[in-house]
Amino acid sequence: MSPDAPKDSARFPRPQRPRFAVALEHALEALIRLSGVSAILFVAAIFFFVLREAAPVLVRDEFSLAQFLFSSDWYPTSANNVRYGTLALTVGTFSVTALAMALAVPFGVGAAIYLSEFCVPRVRETLKVTIELLSAIPSVVWGFVGLTVMSKLIVDTTGAPVGVNILNGGIILALMSVPVIVSIGEDALKAVPDSYREAGIALGATRWQLVYRVLLPAARNGLLAAVLLGVGRAVGETMAVLMATGHAVHIPSSLLDSVRTLTANIAAELGEAPAGSDHYRVLFLTGTLLFLITFAVNLTADFVVRGIRRK
Amino acid sequence: MALAPAPPTGRFARTAHGVRKERAEAVAHLVFAAMAAAMVLPLLLIVGYLFWLAWPSLGPEFILDIPRRGMTEGGIWPAFVGTLYLVGISLLVSTPIGVLAAVYLNEYARANWFNRVVNLAVINLAGVPSIVHALFGLGAFVYAARFGYSILSAALTLAIMTLPVIIASTREALASVPMPFREACWNVGATRWQTIWAVVLPNSVSGILTGVILQVSRAAGETAPIMFTGAVFYKAVVRGDLFPYSLNDQCMALSMHLYTLATQVPNVKESLPYATAVVLLGSVLLVNAAAIALRVFLRGRKRW
Repeated sequence: MSPDAPKDSARFPRPQRPRFAVALEHALEALIRLSGVSAILFVAAIFFFVLREAAPVLVRDEFSLAQFLFSSDWYPTSANNVRYGTLALTVGTFSVTALAMALAVPFGVGAAIYLSEFCVPRVRETLKVTIELLSAIPSVVWGFVGLTVMSKLIVDTTGAPVGVNILNGGIILALMSVPVIVSIGEDALKAVPDSYREAGIALGATRWQLVYRVLLPAARNGLLAAVLLGVGRAVGETMAVLMATGHAVHIPSSLLDSVRTLTANIAAELGEAPAGSDHYRVLFLTGTLLFLITFAVNLTADFVVRGIRRK
Repeated sequence: MALAPAPPTGRFARTAHGVRKERAEAVAHLVFAAMAAAMVLPLLLIVGYLFWLAWPSLGPEFILDIPRRGMTEGGIWPAFVGTLYLVGISLLVSTPIGVLAAVYLNEYARANWFNRVVNLAVINLAGVPSIVHALFGLGAFVYAARFGYSILSAALTLAIMTLPVIIASTREALASVPMPFREACWNVGATRWQTIWAVVLPNSVSGILTGVILQVSRAAGETAPIMFTGAVFYKAVVRGDLFPYSLNDQCMALSMHLYTLATQVPNVKESLPYATAVVLLGSVLLVNAAAIALRVFLRGRKRW
């Protein structure tokens, strides 16, 4: 510090803001920080409150965790032999999700490739708006479509006795998760540096050769993340599968069997289970299980995406 | 991206290999275009088909009237107003928290492990299944906080559900404000908050607004989270009454009403559930289209 410094600041006094303005700003910044961490609080709160309702049943003698996870006997209201086995529900969830992904992944990735590599800007804008609108259709409307339009269609074409089954739920879920896969997949393809494309074109590659020799391998992680997020959405979907997959709690043997999923089971039975009963707590335990499944899927997707960024 | 090779001439004549290449290219183009078109078609078909079957019941009278004869006839007024209540209250709660959280993440947070966890929490909150939100709302708001089955519980549940998406869209809007704007403001001696208030927020408010409008339609369409926290099958209100509910009341909601009509009510008039679906779908798509139009309009006016 030079000796002149105090004299300088005396000549140019630093303007002081009113004290309350400074205090207000500090308060606001504290509020911002609090809101910033609110997401952590809410995720923790969701886990806590759902588990809190479920926990008492874990220590009951009548309940066994092994039965809950690995038995397919779901008889929550049986008079003399109550059994809470969710295996059939888990199988239901995964069979519907698997069919949905088998349909949605090729179409989603194909559409993402078309959007990012083949089409002209005007078509791209139109398609993106359409996809956005498609993803805005509420799940209960999808369920209604499954229950009415799709189920009639399935009965007419396959001759199945009921139209609400795995096939129906799978198609509906595929339509619901395709927008997620397209938009994330397109981002992943966009993230491939243009120099890769230029190098390919300089070698005389057509766009198709470019896509399957260069872009798909380079965007592999991003596309995988897109698929995982689609899976997460499909596993957690409730209203659509509640209305479109039927209500049979059993392990399915064909695509035309009705099933019930973990989510649909909660939605269908929570209203009838008296608060505080074992049945009610087991449904909350199912919710905890669902929370953990989607948590794992989303975390994996995020790590996969981070993998590409680090490269 | 006009990357198509120029037509071959002179010594660059077509070879058999080149022809095969072009053919594969044409096929790939066609297949991918068909896959993209396969997403447009269901949207049009579904909207068209629902509209077709709903036609006999549609009209202003349908929205303004109350359900009659055990919900087998009449209109949807209580459900329509109930949805407005739920959406309005939930966004009143989630918008300020979401915007402030995005301000924190975009303007304050440094790249360290803690903020990495915050980001993961936002991503995971967005991925929590809607039925788990319902369980949370039931456990936390209905029972633990003693709000009971009410509009308040349902709206708060919806608010937490829409929060992560509001955070994400607001963050994107904030990030699109160029860094030099902030630097110029800091250089004239403004504090961090003054910069945010005077420069960052005014320049991103349109983007924030678009994100919030999109959440209107999402909140309106959700069924599972409100089913067990405050929405009921039937509630008697006066026809056309704009303020039939109070915060502690249970209410009807459009999405719930559609579920009820489709699965629980026997002998319902054929076109009634379709008309309900069309009103719900129509409002959701209209709100979304408005948000998209606003975004396109504002993007055209952007000065940087």
